[in-house]
Amino acid sequence: MITFRPVADHAILVDFADTLSDAAHAAVLHLDQALAARPCAGFREAIPAFVNLLVDFDPLITDHRAVETHLRGLLDHPAAATSLPAQREVLVCYDDDLAPDLASVARMTGLSTETVINAHLAGDYAVFLYGFAPGYAYLGGVPKPIQLDRKPAAVRGVAAGSVIIAGPQCLVTTLTMPTGWWIIGRSPTQILTGDPERPFLFDVGDKVRFRRITRAEFASGGGA
Amino acid sequence: MADAVFKTVFAGPHASIQDGGRRGLMRFGVPASGPMDRKSFALANLALGKDADAAGIEISMGGLVLDCVSGATTLAIAGGGFIVERDGARLGSWSTLPIRAGQKLTIRPGPWGSWTYLAFAGKLTATQWLGSAATHALSGFGGGKLTTGQEITITDAIQHSDAITAIACPIWARPRQHLHVVLGPQDRYFSAAALQALLTEPFYLTSAYDRMGLRLRGPSLAPDAALSIPSEAILRGSVQVSGDGVPTVLLSDHQTTGGYPKIATVLADDLDGFVQLRTNDAVAFKAITAPQAVQLARTRAAAIATVYAKVRDLAGR
Repeated sequence: MITFRPVADHAILVDFADTLSDAAHAAVLHLDQALAARPCAGFREAIPAFVNLLVDFDPLITDHRAVETHLRGLLDHPAAATSLPAQREVLVCYDDDLAPDLASVARMTGLSTETVINAHLAGDYAVFLYGFAPGYAYLGGVPKPIQLDRKPAAVRGVAAGSVIIAGPQCLVTTLTMPTGWWIIGRSPTQILTGDPERPFLFDVGDKVRFRRITRAEFASGGGA
Repeated sequence: MADAVFKTVFAGPHASIQDGGRRGLMRFGVPASGPMDRKSFALANLALGKDADAAGIEISMGGLVLDCVSGATTLAIAGGGFIVERDGARLGSWSTLPIRAGQKLTIRPGPWGSWTYLAFAGKLTATQWLGSAATHALSGFGGGKLTTGQEITITDAIQHSDAITAIACPIWARPRQHLHVVLGPQDRYFSAAALQALLTEPFYLTSAYDRMGLRLRGPSLAPDAALSIPSEAILRGSVQVSGDGVPTVLLSDHQTTGGYPKIATVLADDLDGFVQLRTNDAVAFKAITAPQAVQLARTRAAAIATVYAKVRDLAGR
C-alpha cells in the first residue's frame, strides 16, 4: 500500500510500508531512480530511506497534487531495470588498538576474534541510506552471529574512519563523534572523497564489501 | 580594488560564515545549512547591492567584535534587534555603515532577536565545501566558525559612501510566535489528545537551542506507539517527538534522517521568524492543509520579492 503524505508546503513523503522490508526498500530505490531520470517541474531533491522516499519541491513552481500525479505516473509505468548497483570496496584494519570493542564483541557472541572478523568480512552489505552527519552511510547486512544491540551509553571521541556495528547495520564514520555502536576496526577508505566530481564514495543502493588490510597497509593509507 | 582586512577581537560561540547554503545533498547526509534567518541574511546582502546568497557572517547572542586593520569597506547589518557600535558610537542593526582601518565594530545582543547578519561590500574570503561557504556546525565544514584572533579578508572591497543608512526592518523579520504547520507525516502515531495539545496549548523555547534544532517545553506529546520508526528523511522545520513526548523543531544544520516520529512540519517561511525568538518565549502551532500551505508560501514570496526589489533599488542609488 503506497501512501503519499504532504510535508509542510514543500515536500511529499512516499511511504511504501510502515516497517522494514526488502521489498519496500527496493521500491524506494526504484522510484528514486525513476524520478532522477524524469524529474518533475519544481523538483529540488529526493531523500531515500528504508521504507520511503521524501521528495522536496519548490512550492512557487508546483504543489503536492502535481508532484503526486507525477510520482504516480512513474510508479504506474516503471522504467526497465537500470544498471546493476555499483560494487564498492572498503578497506579495514582490525588491529587491537584500532578495534577497541572487538574483544567485547567476541566475548558477547561466544566467538573468537578471528571468527568475528571473518563474519564481518563475509557480509554482503548494501547502502540503505545516509544520515546523522555528512557521509554517514548506513550499511545493512551484518551477519546474524555478530549482531549485537548498541551499548547502553555512547562513547565520546570515536575517531573518524572507525568501522562500527549495531544490530544488522554497519557504518564507517567520517567525523570524530560519540557513538554507542561497537568499534571493530578502522578504515583508511575516504567516504568523503574530496573529489568535487564525486564527493561521496557511495550512492544509496550500492553494494559494499570489506577487505582486510594489514597495519602497514593501513599506515600507508591502504597501500593503494 | 583593494582588500579590507578585519581581525576578530572576540567571537561568541555561534558566529560563523554562511551563504545561501548547499542544496540537493540531503541524500548524502548533508543538510543545506546556511543562515538560520534566511530573509534577514538576504536583506543584509541586498542592502549592499549583492547577490542575496553571497557569503556573510551569522552572529548569535554571543556577539562579535572586529577591528578593521587595513583598507575600507561598507558593512550591512540586518536581523534581530542587536546593538551595533562603531568606535563606541551606538547604532542599531538594520543599517549600512562605512568602516575603515583603525575602527572597531562591536555587535552584541539588544532588545530582541537571536541572530543577526553581517554583509560586506566586497567578497568575503571563505573556505568552500561542496560549492558553498555555509558552515555546517557539527562537522565545521564550509567557511567555519569565527574564532578570536582570526583574520577576515574582504577582496574587491568598496566603500559606498560616508553615510550611515537605515535598512527598513520588515514586519516579517520580527520574531514569530504563531507557526503554521501541516500535520504529519507521522501524525497517525499520536493520540487525538496529543494532536489537540499541539494545536491548542502554548509551547516554550528551552535553552536547548543550536543550529541543529530547538527543543520545546510544553505538554507531553508522547506517541501512542512506534517509539522509533524506520529512519527516514528529516527537513528543516520537522517537529520530531522523542519517546518522552518532548518536541524538537529541526533547523538549518539538522540531521538528514532519524527515527523519531514527526507530528507536524512548520511552513518553511515561518522558520525565519521562529529562530528570532528567545528562551522561554511562547509559540502556538496552527494546522493548515497542504494546499493552504502552498498558497501561503506563494503569497508570502510575492510580498518578500517586492521588499527585496525595493532594498536592491535603494542600494543601486
